[in-house]
Amino acid sequence: MTEPSVPLATPLLERHRALGARIVEYAGWLMPVQYAGIMDEHRAVRERAGLFDLGHMGELFVEGPEAGAALAHALVTDPPVLAVGRAHYSMICAPDGGVIDDLIVYRLAEDRFLVVANASNAAIVSDELASRIGGFRSVLDDRALTTGLVAVQGPASAAILGPLTTVDLAGLRYYAIAEGEVAGIPALVARTGYTGEDGFEVFVDTAATISLWDALADAGRPHALVPVGLGARDTLRLEAGMPLYGNELDRGTTPFDAGLGRVVALDREADFVGRAALEAARAAEPTRSLVGLVVHGRGIARHGYPVHAGERRSGVVTSGTMSPTLGVPIAMAYVAPGDAGPGTMLEVEIRGARSAAEVVPLPFYRRPR
Amino acid sequence: MVPSDLRYTKTHEWVRVEGDVATVGISDHAAGELGDIVFVELPGPGRALEQAAPFGVVESVKAVSELYAPVGGEVIEANAALAAKPELVNADPFGAGWMLRVRIGDPGQVEGLLDAAAYEALVAEG
Repeated sequence: MTEPSVPLATPLLERHRALGARIVEYAGWLMPVQYAGIMDEHRAVRERAGLFDLGHMGELFVEGPEAGAALAHALVTDPPVLAVGRAHYSMICAPDGGVIDDLIVYRLAEDRFLVVANASNAAIVSDELASRIGGFRSVLDDRALTTGLVAVQGPASAAILGPLTTVDLAGLRYYAIAEGEVAGIPALVARTGYTGEDGFEVFVDTAATISLWDALADAGRPHALVPVGLGARDTLRLEAGMPLYGNELDRGTTPFDAGLGRVVALDREADFVGRAALEAARAAEPTRSLVGLVVHGRGIARHGYPVHAGERRSGVVTSGTMSPTLGVPIAMAYVAPGDAGPGTMLEVEIRGARSAAEVVPLPFYRRPR
Repeated sequence: MVPSDLRYTKTHEWVRVEGDVATVGISDHAAGELGDIVFVELPGPGRALEQAAPFGVVESVKAVSELYAPVGGEVIEANAALAAKPELVNADPFGAGWMLRVRIGDPGQVEGLLDAAAYEALVAEG
């Protein structure tokens, strides 16, 4: 499938404009990048709560008596091990072990799963899944365009969503999902997110997205809930040490390169796409390691900037920003494995000048419990 | 509304001319477009500036942007407050968020800059 030439929009586009959002085209969608400002939105999610329109994400439902086996063949994880109502982080890899996309897989019923793909890869994943599950008694129902997704993230999330929903949030664990209603709207409510905070993702029919958004915005008012755009979504996930496809992950990267080898379920009998290559990747000496960096010098290390260890080129920055929570420039980078130990001093080349950068453990930020 | 006593560039810098000294900054429009500014890199005193050539960099959370000299001349002073408080550029772009004071080389260059009305028209065009 090719990228549509006319950008798509979620039903909330006019809401975003009315809220003063700056709209950008991202992955073929017109999406809000920021409203009040990335710093304020970021802090709101860390301290209170933020409301996100994630209508651009790709919702792929896989159903049928062999749906679990089909996904176990198509993905690097083993979804049949999930209990009904639970979820896990997963990836779909090419036969050579390169990552096509990273995903969340939810088990909705014995024979029904929801796979959520990144917007930029939703069409590719849909096509790839359809082809890979062809030999199994299962069907793929691509509802990327007919499913709305709104997230509430931050410590006040449960207090905001709780009174609106029939789902028992106290009983809904991290990485769990339940069917119910939110503000009278049939919904899937998941305790997942991409911010490093407690929070929820609510899936509804696209047509109900505006009603859902308005109900959550109203319920959030006493908690000073604010709308949050893609800009703060990126700084939040970076502080939380979560990879972004296109930055830390791509077709030329295996899960082992990204330090996510534990996601690959190799201790099982059945074959799956990419298995041989991933077994080789696990056995091979790593050629690079994904690390966190805190930049001590001036400037921000951004995607693509070189990383040096003395006279030797060590690697490259994959993502970088000024950390709103820590107040220092942070980055993730691929470096030579020998340079990956916490405390190692490296240098990032920022517009021709070198800045000192210290390797630190990921994540940069862990929420207080 | 932008201050009427300043002159502007198409690249969104402003200058305030007092005698042969120009104070340089970026407009509220530019600061707003950049978003939260977290780092400003400026040249030190004595550095020669060439009109329309890059003289520094401003970084927001999201992006890096170059700054272009509205006039040629010699840097007298860079705003030291921006090292610790780059957010002054967002909070007060025409005041405390100023960036450089420059000894103007050729006063004729100032005449070629946009006045407030022309700059507002430029911004309104998008």
